[in-house]
Amino acid sequence: MSKSGEFAIQVENLSKMYRLGSISSGTISQDLNIFWHHLRGKENPYLRIGEKNDRTAEGGSDYVWALKDLSFNVKKGDILGVIGSNGAGKSTLLKILSKITAPTSGKITIDGRIASLLEVGTGFHPELTGRENIFLNGAILGMSKVEIKRKLDSIVEFSGCVRYIDTPVKRYSSGMSVRLGFAVAAFLDPEIMVVDEVLAVGDADFQKKCLDRMSELSHAEGRTILFVSHNISAIRALCNNAIVLDRGTLAYNGNVTDSIEYYLNMNRSSGIINPDGDELKLKQVVIGNQDKETNALEYGDTLVVSLHFYSEKEWDKPYFWCGIKSRFGSLIGANGLLDGIKAKKVSGDFTVTFKFPNLKLLPQDYTVSFGSRASDGHTFLMTSMEIGSFSFVTPVQELGMNGPLAEMLAKESAPVLTPYEIWINDNLLATFEPHKR
Amino acid sequence: MEKEHWTETITPNSGIFELRLKELWRYRDLILLFVRRDFIATYKQTILGPLWFFIQPIFTTLVFTLVFGKIGKMGPEGVPVFLYYMSGIILWTYFSDCFLKTSSTFIDNQNLFGKVYFPRLTVPLSIVISNLIKFGIQMVLFLVLWIIQYSKGLVHIQISILLFPFLLILMAVLGMGFGLIISALTTKYRDLRYLVQFGVQLLMYLTPGIIMRYESIQRQFPKFVWIADINPLFPIVESFKHGWLSAGTLQIIPLLLSALASVLILLAGIAIFNRTERSFMDTI
Repeated sequence: MSKSGEFAIQVENLSKMYRLGSISSGTISQDLNIFWHHLRGKENPYLRIGEKNDRTAEGGSDYVWALKDLSFNVKKGDILGVIGSNGAGKSTLLKILSKITAPTSGKITIDGRIASLLEVGTGFHPELTGRENIFLNGAILGMSKVEIKRKLDSIVEFSGCVRYIDTPVKRYSSGMSVRLGFAVAAFLDPEIMVVDEVLAVGDADFQKKCLDRMSELSHAEGRTILFVSHNISAIRALCNNAIVLDRGTLAYNGNVTDSIEYYLNMNRSSGIINPDGDELKLKQVVIGNQDKETNALEYGDTLVVSLHFYSEKEWDKPYFWCGIKSRFGSLIGANGLLDGIKAKKVSGDFTVTFKFPNLKLLPQDYTVSFGSRASDGHTFLMTSMEIGSFSFVTPVQELGMNGPLAEMLAKESAPVLTPYEIWINDNLLATFEPHKR
Repeated sequence: MEKEHWTETITPNSGIFELRLKELWRYRDLILLFVRRDFIATYKQTILGPLWFFIQPIFTTLVFTLVFGKIGKMGPEGVPVFLYYMSGIILWTYFSDCFLKTSSTFIDNQNLFGKVYFPRLTVPLSIVISNLIKFGIQMVLFLVLWIIQYSKGLVHIQISILLFPFLLILMAVLGMGFGLIISALTTKYRDLRYLVQFGVQLLMYLTPGIIMRYESIQRQFPKFVWIADINPLFPIVESFKHGWLSAGTLQIIPLLLSALASVLILLAGIAIFNRTERSFMDTI
């Protein structure tokens, strides 16, 4: 094990166990039992019965491993992304790295001053002025008074709240407190930064400022950054390596492109089963383009959604619908109830496939929903639910979008691309035709 | 920027006893900022502002003087009753504020503690300092009244008045020490929170020198004298009154024992507190 130099963070066999359910009755007896074992030099009797964290399956015990035997290293100067679905252990890892809670077993070695940003503006007091809160928040994050004084002007300028700096924070708009909070954090001087999805707040202009500041910290000053996010595009834009967590274990560790590919494919074809009670049993979902199974589509691809069902009964003329949603809401749909399209008879094993040709969407993440009703149009055969997800991955530059904020705004804009013209005083200014280079 | 060594390891259990004073020193500015925040936040948008520091002890003293001194005839002899009760009340308020506020450290700050790490001990320390300032302000009130009585020749001081700063530290150490122990337990068992609020009131009656004098307990409740004897607060209060008002007696041995107990309680409190801060987010 190299002690000095190469790694900023070394995580070895890190595990964390949580007790499920409410912590009230029965805890004194369990506490006494743990204490009794402890006295005799034995280990905690409740530790052994922990099991893998699967939120959907009912477990046999009240104890669960949020993280299990996690090991990875972060090189100095690296920007490591941490991805995973809900409940994969991202937040737990963050909390342990931030020293908010201790691990159950394992060890983390940190070389350098570390600062974590799980939230911006932590500890802001509404009655204090902006200036006073900068000092308080800075001190909470580990800066000394002298350090803050030296950086005060830069912080105030970065936040863009100069006019309000001597006004109590309770009079601020929520956006302004976030700006002020991030400004303090941006001028921390740690060698290692652990950042949660705090960037999801604030307006686009400010978000860009934050992302730029993080890149700058890493590239120009050699800071190590650990960035945790659901936002695949932000991870892709910022990180060079990424790890994928799956139910508390390390599923993949590699460069950012491979990790994202792995993450997007993780849910594919694992057989998402709809809840009991639905007449149609969904056995498998396959998402792909015109050529192959994939969750990473290119601009202009055909989206293919195949669903494999089993039904004991025979159904005459059922309706099916399939909808694509972006984070802004419903986007496109193939809805038999609207179009009046019915299948003939289905029973036993059968497959329903939807094809959406020539999709022109911005690089964002999308989800697919599906539902089915009997021929009366009322009775559900399968209740509408999300069955999968995919992403468009073509970079905006390749679509001919070269605006200064294209990269940032591509995530924040209505995702369907159509050609358009702009006219000023009856003169054609320009035509825009999204194209793949 | 000073070059400091920040390398650290995160492991499941810290040693049973780690004071980590160096880390605390690094965050000294934070302690003072917390103190400042508490003062600004408490009296923002009140009309009387810091005058409340005076109003509370004055009224409590009036009630005590009337109820226990005049009606109950439990007051001391040869000492101005008003001063006697007031000195007890401000000293007791200091202890109970330190104790109660410290004991709810984790619950009051769970949002903050859940988001960022800093040595949690900064919070109880800022509480002790905030209350010390409050005590100082109330002490000014006491001094004004005391000087008036002194000029009339109604009170006499003893050499033990020199013990005053030492007594004050002991009060802080005890309040913080008990508070730290309770704070760790309340993260799991919330009942304790209500119990201590009630318990600290009860303790006030059981500490001779605040309301009842030791002699009256000996006379009226001889069965309960042992409670006063083992109460580490008693020698502190008694020495305080002896110094300023020549009331009661100065007992060196019990005072030293009480000092020893205070230090032990504080050390135990810090040990428990440090252990709790590493895992309380999972149980709170």
